[in-house]
Amino acid sequence: MKKVFSLAVLFLLSLLIAVSIIFSRANIEAEEQIIFWGVPIDTNLFGYYNIANGEIEGFDVDIAKAITHELTGDEANAKFVEVNSKSRVPMLKNGNIDAIIATMSITEERKKVVHFSDVYFNAGQTLLVPEDSTITSLDDLGPNDVVLAVKGTILADSLRKIKPDANIIELENYAEAFTALESNQGVAMTAEDVILMGILAQQPGGYKLVGENFTEEPYGIAVNHGQEEFLEAINQALIRIHENGTYEQIYAKWIP
Amino acid sequence: MNQLMIKFMADLQAGLVVTLGASIITLIFSLLFGTLLAIGQLSKYSWLRKLATIYVEFFKNIPLLVVAMFFFIVVPLYFIPINGFTAGVLGLILYTTAFIAETIRTGLLSIPKGQKEAGQSTGLRESEIMREIILPQAFRVVLPALGNQFVDLIKNSSILAVVAAGDLMYHGDLIASNTFQTLDTYLLIGLMYLSLTLPLSYLMRYLEMRLAWGYQPKRFSLKLSQLEWRKKSSRKELINNETVRSLHLD
Repeated sequence: MKKVFSLAVLFLLSLLIAVSIIFSRANIEAEEQIIFWGVPIDTNLFGYYNIANGEIEGFDVDIAKAITHELTGDEANAKFVEVNSKSRVPMLKNGNIDAIIATMSITEERKKVVHFSDVYFNAGQTLLVPEDSTITSLDDLGPNDVVLAVKGTILADSLRKIKPDANIIELENYAEAFTALESNQGVAMTAEDVILMGILAQQPGGYKLVGENFTEEPYGIAVNHGQEEFLEAINQALIRIHENGTYEQIYAKWIP
Repeated sequence: MNQLMIKFMADLQAGLVVTLGASIITLIFSLLFGTLLAIGQLSKYSWLRKLATIYVEFFKNIPLLVVAMFFFIVVPLYFIPINGFTAGVLGLILYTTAFIAETIRTGLLSIPKGQKEAGQSTGLRESEIMREIILPQAFRVVLPALGNQFVDLIKNSSILAVVAAGDLMYHGDLIASNTFQTLDTYLLIGLMYLSLTLPLSYLMRYLEMRLAWGYQPKRFSLKLSQLEWRKKSSRKELINNETVRSLHLD
């Protein structure tokens, strides 16, 4: 009796596995139109998970939807996958996502690993400090002043190129970097100006942006090597949304 | 992987030093406090028992990350400034102490009551009984489990990466995200952690062989201890002894 029972369980299990394989294959073939975008979910204004309606919202998300609309005719074909600065490139290389649109700056180093679309947004790196801070620019940072950055971004490297003796520690994401700033683990946080503005928008006050932008960060959509057609299509779509005013609308909606 | 190692040698070395330093500091303190807590959990004063048990149960059951973040974010916000390394090490100590206390408590419980009674009948003080009789035996019993905790400690020290303390994992994260060679980097970091934990494991096994109470696997061959050499040679003498041979005792 025991033997029959275990055989039955084994059979049912293999049946379950076979069925799920068959169904997932069917899904893959039926859904060729769907584009998986890697977007941030913790960056206010660009990709932020809104708990109230359970959706990711932001500039990057809307641009992705607009491009998907241009490419496939329907916004609903855009599926969003959460990525962070550490996981976005590995996920793209694995094929888990088709493209990254996540405040990713175009740099020569990164071009060796992924292909970038045309620039879709221009940001610049700057500093965020507490309101009562005496720091007004990079020059006010002493050798003992700790600057907070984010792992997986160009922030630390860019800052080091301009100020080689900067004391930088890198946190897991923008939210944690800001929390560390609140706890005085550093005197300043560095990030792109728009991202910092997004963080400020969520705070009751007490922090300010200081100094000019000391770098230029052009954002691009990243696509894996070997996807030249897809990249060309995205570039064409970008041109079209600039022409038909969609880009202006999205920009006005999100960028302060 | 070789190029990675060569290019980032300075960072990796710094990380290794930080990891090793944090692990050693934590080991010393958590061993000390853990032993005290274990003794406290078995004390005759119920208030001490309750206190020790509350501590152990609390820190055994919350994630290490929560403790580390508490010291990194919350404490500097409301109390005193703490830097990343201190916050991480404090968290590690509190967390590991709880586990080591449990481990040592197991050892203490395994010593037969007769030992304590013998100590009491000899007129020793409670603290002397614990120090001279029970604890040495308990440590020998619990050595394998303690070795486990130490290896765990080295692995848990990777929490320092999340509080930006410049340990091995922190530098690994940075290298991986800057060079995009995720597989190679994390493989290298894993190997470097192994280079810390494997020797520790071997050291613990050697100590077990020398000290542990109970079954010792003979096939783990290191130099035989003096005692065993003497035993071997004395057995040969016994066999040659006529009395033994006539009684068929060999």
